[in-house]
Amino acid sequence: MNFWQFLQLNWSELLLLVRQHVVLVFIAILAAVIIGIPTGIALTRYRALRGPVLGLANVMQTIPSLALFGFLIPLPFIGGIGSRTALVALVLYSLLPIIRNTVTGILGVEPSVREAAVAMGMTGGQILRQVELPLAMGVIVTGIRVATVISVGVTTIAAAVGAGGLGVYIFRGLRQYDNNLLLAGALSAAILALAADFFLGLLERRFSFDAKRSGGGSVKQVLALAAGALFLILGGFAVWRSGDGATSYIEGRVVVGSKDFTESALLAEIVAQMLEARGVSVERRFELGGNLPHEAMISGTLDLYPEYTGTSYTSILHHAPISDSRAVYEQVKREYASKFNVEVSEPLGFENTFAILVRGAEARRLNLKTISDAVPHASQWRAGFGQDFMSRADGFPGFSKTYGLKFAEVREMDLSLTYIALSSNQVDLIAGNSTEGRIATLDLAQLADDRRYFPPYEAVYLVRQDSLARVPALSEVLSKLANAISTEEMRRLNFEIDGNKRDPKEVVKGWIAGKGL
Amino acid sequence: MSDVADNSLVQFHNVNFSLPTPGKLKAGSTAIISDLNLTVERGETLVLLGESGCGKTTTLKLVNRLLTPSAGEVLVEGKSTTSWDPIALRRRIGYVIQEGGLFPHFTIARNVGLVPALSAWDQTRTSERVRELLNLVGLEPDRFADRYPHELSGGQRQRAGVARALGADPPLLLLDEPFGALDPLTRASLQREFGDLATRLGKTAILVTHDVREALILARRIGLMHKGRLVLLETPDRFLASDHPQARAYLDTLDVTDHKAGGKQ
Repeated sequence: MNFWQFLQLNWSELLLLVRQHVVLVFIAILAAVIIGIPTGIALTRYRALRGPVLGLANVMQTIPSLALFGFLIPLPFIGGIGSRTALVALVLYSLLPIIRNTVTGILGVEPSVREAAVAMGMTGGQILRQVELPLAMGVIVTGIRVATVISVGVTTIAAAVGAGGLGVYIFRGLRQYDNNLLLAGALSAAILALAADFFLGLLERRFSFDAKRSGGGSVKQVLALAAGALFLILGGFAVWRSGDGATSYIEGRVVVGSKDFTESALLAEIVAQMLEARGVSVERRFELGGNLPHEAMISGTLDLYPEYTGTSYTSILHHAPISDSRAVYEQVKREYASKFNVEVSEPLGFENTFAILVRGAEARRLNLKTISDAVPHASQWRAGFGQDFMSRADGFPGFSKTYGLKFAEVREMDLSLTYIALSSNQVDLIAGNSTEGRIATLDLAQLADDRRYFPPYEAVYLVRQDSLARVPALSEVLSKLANAISTEEMRRLNFEIDGNKRDPKEVVKGWIAGKGL
Repeated sequence: MSDVADNSLVQFHNVNFSLPTPGKLKAGSTAIISDLNLTVERGETLVLLGESGCGKTTTLKLVNRLLTPSAGEVLVEGKSTTSWDPIALRRRIGYVIQEGGLFPHFTIARNVGLVPALSAWDQTRTSERVRELLNLVGLEPDRFADRYPHELSGGQRQRAGVARALGADPPLLLLDEPFGALDPLTRASLQREFGDLATRLGKTAILVTHDVREALILARRIGLMHKGRLVLLETPDRFLASDHPQARAYLDTLDVTDHKAGGKQ
């Protein structure tokens, strides 16, 4: 499907996301203006407050947006999931440019003009309204313009907390390795940023009164900023997509990749350390998003990475989900060999399937054991699902149909945030990973898949056939790892890292030693 | 010095003004004005002459309460500036600074009509007043009313600044080096016109300058200031004849061209 066909098919959804995006940015900027301009004015009156307040606003801006969303989720009133959290974060990000430019603009009014205003017998309020604010307005609008462009960008991250917007397409595109989704999301966000920049630029020019300013530096700065924003968005996109195609191929060295979650990195680290113990030099390429590891392996940049048979079967090979694990494994092995010249290792001994989770207390109270047990309660429940689960072939649509589930509300958000959202009562049911360490620590209960909807997700290593031929130690390591890790063991390893915050390298080292591998 | 209280508009009584010494935590203050006694009579143009930092601008700002005395008092129309409502006081005093201090975002008409507008005059009366004032300062209303300050030359801006100061027909004008930034020819013609205007309107004016030629052209009396003190207060004729060393220093600068007042013209 080319991009044009994609747009034709998804036009109405894209427009909906654009509208959500614009509404979020608009409300956030409006609130930031209402808070920021009076704050800025106050700072010009009370000099002592200027340093601390501007400093605080500055610190706000340095907090990575995903981290800020994470902090906000468990908070009462301002937190939770959905657009409220997103708005709080957006306002916090937008305040600095608006406050700072209000202060700069007002303090930048010529002293002789201010003195003349006082000497003409203007009151403080008249000076503010008739002289200082109008003269500062150009600079203040520049601040609003900067804040708006920033907000358009940050709002794409808001999809992680279920606020919607174009980030939904970008996150989904990254996870599914779908360029059309990515392009539609990123391009629309870029166009929004440029449009906002352009129109606020027109507004800004209206407020320039003297010849000096209208032809001067500030306009150039804003142009540079706009160009910079476009460059970053498109450049970031290009870098992300290109992967690491330029990495040179070194004889005898093995490049080990992983996906962007703990377990995948852990499995990759196991192979890496075992290879190193056998004198093979290893390059680690961990934390690759979406299906980037697959793409990198096909292009020859990676030699191997850990994968799950169900994922390969549905997401890469595009088969409809089936529940027979042996059949899935055989089919994947056969097709990878013929299509990609990639070998599939023996299963590692555990599955990482979707785990349908509810709060443990709730499960005990309602005596819930299976997903079918939960069906009668679903109509009063809010569900929170990762972007991946919402869109993949073996995800939400088939799941809700198989069980006849109807939720009061379904939120699409970042997978790793769903666990906290569930335990802090923001949602009532999530689809997590069965090997997730936090299932035990947050007292979550897994409901059994009694209708056997989810396909088997046996963990395996995928490895290029030419790598196996080039590095004999690879075959030996992979055969030793066959059936070496049970589900309980995997959960414990995950928890060592996610729960006990231990260094993954140390955890893996200990595990290898304990197993005598 | 005149002691005719009836005819005085502004009086300085033993005025001192000092600023805290910067840099030191507790220690004292620096005197800007010391023991100033001065009476400005209705209808006269008093020129305060002195080099930069002698306290002449500070003296001016004490009149419209942009500053208040550290000791002593300044009386305007017989009432201490600290007893005046500052807003009411300032609206009775026209103020002209270098380059006019015009609001860059106001048209010339709005700048000139500022004080009438602040004093809640109605629209028609204000715009009539603006036309009258623009004509008075030699700016054709039809050409200039709707322009912005940056579209005017320095001399035109200065004219607009004077017009604004005259806005609500205040009895007193304060001018702080109003012609300082102008080229010599424009300055000369504006000085002449301002002198005529002040006489014709019967305004009292206090003008601050470091240009002795300007002082000799415009002043009824010249007050010579040096290091925060008023060292000489004389009519132009007697100033020319004075043998006060500071006065002589200024007059010597005239020798290069001409001894007479108004030299170059």
